Amino acid sequence: MQVLVCVKQIPDPASPTSLDPSTSRLVRPPEQVLDDTDRYGIEVGLQLAEETDGAVTLLSMGPTGTMQGIRQALAMGAGKAVLIDDPALEDSDALTTAKVLAAAARREGFDVLVTGVESTDGYSGVVPQMTAELLGVPALTFARRVEVDGPDLRIERQTVSGFDVVRSPLPAVLSVTAGAVEPRYPTFRGIMAARNKPVDTLTAADLSVSGGPGQSVVSVAPAPEREAGEVVEDGGSGHLRIVEFLESARVI
Amino acid sequence: MATWVFAEATGDGPGEPALEVLSKAASHGEAVAVYLGEASGEALAILGAYGASAVYNLTGGGDLPAAAAAAGLAELVEREAPGAVLFAQTYTSRDVAGRLAARIDRPVISNAVDVAIDDGCTVTSEIFGGTQLVRTAFTGPGPHLVLVRPKSFSAEERGGAVSRIEEYSLPDAGHAGSPQVVETTVEQAEGPQLGSAKVIISGGRGLGSAEAYSLIEGVAEPLRAATGATRAIVDAGWVPYAKQVGQTGKTVKPEVYIACGVSGAMQHLVGMKDSKRIVAVNKDPEAPIFSVADLGIVGDVHQVLPKLAEALRSRS
Repeated sequence: MQVLVCVKQIPDPASPTSLDPSTSRLVRPPEQVLDDTDRYGIEVGLQLAEETDGAVTLLSMGPTGTMQGIRQALAMGAGKAVLIDDPALEDSDALTTAKVLAAAARREGFDVLVTGVESTDGYSGVVPQMTAELLGVPALTFARRVEVDGPDLRIERQTVSGFDVVRSPLPAVLSVTAGAVEPRYPTFRGIMAARNKPVDTLTAADLSVSGGPGQSVVSVAPAPEREAGEVVEDGGSGHLRIVEFLESARVI
Repeated sequence: MATWVFAEATGDGPGEPALEVLSKAASHGEAVAVYLGEASGEALAILGAYGASAVYNLTGGGDLPAAAAAAGLAELVEREAPGAVLFAQTYTSRDVAGRLAARIDRPVISNAVDVAIDDGCTVTSEIFGGTQLVRTAFTGPGPHLVLVRPKSFSAEERGGAVSRIEEYSLPDAGHAGSPQVVETTVEQAEGPQLGSAKVIISGGRGLGSAEAYSLIEGVAEPLRAATGATRAIVDAGWVPYAKQVGQTGKTVKPEVYIACGVSGAMQHLVGMKDSKRIVAVNKDPEAPIFSVADLGIVGDVHQVLPKLAEALRSRS
């Protein structure tokens, strides 16, 4: 099974993030990390490939920078990476991103294209569906469990009230929820090997994709802040304070 | 120009998130519902009551109808040229909106918490854990596609009725529409639900173990509260994803939200900070959750929660 896994390098969520005031774009330091939610997609991709004697290729669009995040993903076990890094794509919205990923996926060929449900930095949450539409394949979205079922995939798809078991032929796009699997930790050997794995870099022109933004930021303003209330030490009677509070809120 | 609102059948009728968006659209002018699924008389009456003057009823489309629904919607919007199509940000709507956007080559703006529709369409969304509000305008031709976070608007009956219904049989989406649902499982059918409960009590990593989630349930029961969770403990496999509150999970606005062993990561705050009142119990006095709490108890959830459950039980 040829498995492609979409991954994204993002600014470290543990560091303060900011917008460039002139462009309203997220400031992306050269040192970006692997989006934590992508580790689930990588793990699912690796398991599918291992089970079917296949291979995993990473797809990633965005500024390459120091490539720390891509190396983290390669260290988990993916065979190679295809990066699409082009200043012309800096203003890309979800649809342009999907066009780029779909074009790259077509070029690489795939049975399954694995993604997360949404990135941690932009979280538009529609790139998997858009990519599937552009490729003319099923979108197996919000998968919390994935298994190979003969020539098909069988997944548990999250629903509002529980889950559906869905069976689908391939090729398909598969978006996996965080927690779907336990992502493996890179081994020392994996980390060393990642340094020498092939990384192709493409431009938007290589993929014949051009994206113009169909939207523009009008304003950015701080949201009204919620005022902090009273904070007290438990001291053994904290529960009584909560009961009083619930009484005053008239919910008990 | 009419604003269209997509609504999928959830059980017997449209879901609350779609009705919230429909109410908002109707407050701006003419609102038309696009209803996916068999529309009963009751479903149509509800759509009318919440502001739809007309309904396009999409039927067929297979087990996972998003691909077919997007294809059908693409044909309808081409024919009717609505100014905007609004979607509540539910699983199926996200699938339909994303596919439709790709199909008609229009951008979609997600995570809207407000929408202004006049000559154009301007969308407000939250970034950085809800600390910043961004207003974004569409610059190209319509229809403008927007995904709205649940609980952004209140669903309000306006007392109208649907005057025109067009049934639209969805096209065959071919390979893209071929997945089959072989089994459906309901995990959280009973008891108070996150979307509607007056009180929600949530647990986070501070509980220490999956077993300790029973402390949350112990308080929830006498309170008739719904139980929620942070992404951290859902990822850890302690509770099902259906309980997740936050950016990737559900957005909730109960009368009282009780956060226990929850640090208050941005990912979580986005989903609950608009609760009417917030109570937090956490060992760490520096936990960010205290900055949004009306009442904060600096203490160990393992001590506080059993006593709270006991106190509540003795009242009822």
